[in-house]
Amino acid sequence: MNPFIKNHKQKSIFVTAGYPKLDSLAGQIKLLEKYNIDFIEIGIPFSDPLADGPTIQKTSEVAIKNGMNLPLLFEQLAKIKTETPLVLMGYLNPVLTYGIEKFVSSCKDCGIASVILPDLSFEIYARFYKSIFDQYQLPISFLITPQTETERIEKMVTQCKESFIYLVSDNSTTGTDSEMNLNECRLKSIYALMDNTPLMIGFGIKTKSDIEKVHQFADGAIIGSAYLRALEVGTENAFLEQL
Amino acid sequence: MNSTIDTHIPDEMGFYGEFGGAFIPELLHPNVEELKTVYSNLKNDSSFKSDFLKLLSDYVGRPTPLYRSEKLSIEFGCEVYLKREDLNHTGAHKINNALGQILLAKKMGKVEIIAETGAGQHGVATATACALMGLRCKVFMGEIDIERQAPNVARMQFLGAEVIPAVSGSRTLKDATNEAIRYWINNPNSYYLIGSVVGPHPYPQIVADFQSIISEEIKKQLFEATGNMNPTKVIACVGGGSNAAGAFYHFYDQPEVELIAVEAAGLGLGSGKSAATSILGKPGVLHGSKTILMQNEFGQVTEPYSISAGLDYPGIGPLHAHSITTGRTIGVSVTDNEALEAAKSLSKNEGIIPALESAHALAALSKITLNSTDVVVVNLSGRGDKDMATYINHFTV
Ligand SMILES: Cc1ncc(COP(=O)(O)O)c(C=O)c1O
Repeated sequence: MNPFIKNHKQKSIFVTAGYPKLDSLAGQIKLLEKYNIDFIEIGIPFSDPLADGPTIQKTSEVAIKNGMNLPLLFEQLAKIKTETPLVLMGYLNPVLTYGIEKFVSSCKDCGIASVILPDLSFEIYARFYKSIFDQYQLPISFLITPQTETERIEKMVTQCKESFIYLVSDNSTTGTDSEMNLNECRLKSIYALMDNTPLMIGFGIKTKSDIEKVHQFADGAIIGSAYLRALEVGTENAFLEQL
Repeated sequence: MNSTIDTHIPDEMGFYGEFGGAFIPELLHPNVEELKTVYSNLKNDSSFKSDFLKLLSDYVGRPTPLYRSEKLSIEFGCEVYLKREDLNHTGAHKINNALGQILLAKKMGKVEIIAETGAGQHGVATATACALMGLRCKVFMGEIDIERQAPNVARMQFLGAEVIPAVSGSRTLKDATNEAIRYWINNPNSYYLIGSVVGPHPYPQIVADFQSIISEEIKKQLFEATGNMNPTKVIACVGGGSNAAGAFYHFYDQPEVELIAVEAAGLGLGSGKSAATSILGKPGVLHGSKTILMQNEFGQVTEPYSISAGLDYPGIGPLHAHSITTGRTIGVSVTDNEALEAAKSLSKNEGIIPALESAHALAALSKITLNSTDVVVVNLSGRGDKDMATYINHFTV
């Protein structure tokens, strides 16, 4: 059964593995569980995060300096016991270097519910990697934007039946300062394409009211940079409290 | 499956063998698709082609000479020709691609152009093309490169471009490229004028096509000079690999022509301060394509080093990754010092001050086996004005 629930308004938080300290992840997951976060995205730090704004760039840099890497992340994950679905999110290069099949199998071993690889397109996934994910029954989740063509969305929706579709709210890198900008009409038409696949919205979500807005159009809201900024200054409890 | 014939033509998804493709966030999908469609329509459009060729002849000053160097021919005991890309307007091969892409951008109705630059040559070429066409220009350049290539920064600004320092990561070409791509994500209406045969498909193909004029001319000029269109060897330096792609292009399907790609060894291959990607790198994904990449054991991209800012890049174009892997192209590496000596020697003996990048190609003449029947073309990709501070500093202290 899909651990990401359709028609249930979810809240999700993104944290960079190895940030702020090398071994912060276990404590972070505990904390997020305490605040009833529905699922957690764990960022695999990369030296060149193309789609990310300054906040995630910085947390990635700190995490790499702290010594975070994929073998270590899987070691940490193997020891973490949680009921909350975990999603790994990271750029392709560290994954390819680790070995794609080994990565998929390690995800399975650690109970990872889904993975998001932002620089892996649906088309390249289908050509080179789908067979491996299928073999291990690890469901991938794809990013779409309001500009993604209907035909492609439909293909991704079928692929992501056991995971979710991640709609990027705006054409921007992560963590922008601007007001969240949702085109209601387009969102409704996208939601109509989802069938039973859950739709989550992320990028640029900062406040409780952003989340409420997102919940009108989607099954969940994902918060990344805003939480990491709170974590940086030690106000993560207060931040989670007000969500 | 004939790798000799097909090396330089990617498949439908942009793959040259296992390398290439478009590894991009979904956010860039519409931009890249639009570019693919527009380019495939214009590629064989005769008026687009003639506009491009007219600019190359009237504005850039093409064809550039194929100059037989008497001194180098005597020194190496074979025929040595220099393809004088340094004589192009703005002083390097980069203008060929900048003008081709600016025509594309115009056709797409774009009003803002963005570019990354390392040595500043591509930035200057882009700023020039934008000035010519009346388009707004933003050039991303690593903070460290801004310091070491100051004359080119001044040129870009004088041409009306805005130079934006890349302050993230290692603050060189790799990071300038990251910043340009991020800006492109946030401003999808801008046109990203990439400077080498790197990036997501179709960029490597577009840039190689526009630079292929170099080998097209070599063939004609060599035929006029020798009665044979094919040299035995073509030598070019590789940063991302655009001048090499251009110089090799029409020879890929001529198996008797040896193609030699010269990478920067920096302080030496084992020194930890090098940019010899094809030797030190492993397959990986950066800036939208799968290629050979300098990276650590965990897949973090490592910082390359070369005295030459234009060769200081941790990847190479997927076309080169493929053709080096299959053995069609031979990789050679040249250290900072070898390049500096080659630059000095060409300056003293021929009265030509080469760019530091091009000096790497020249230095490769001493690193390969040559015999009296060889006819060698070295692609002199650019002139050395921008490197005078480095040359003076090195040879007078
Ligand atoms: C004169 C010159 N040659 C070569 C290069 C390297 O680029 P590429 O490998 O794309 O030709 C540069 C880059 O700045 C350059 O300025």
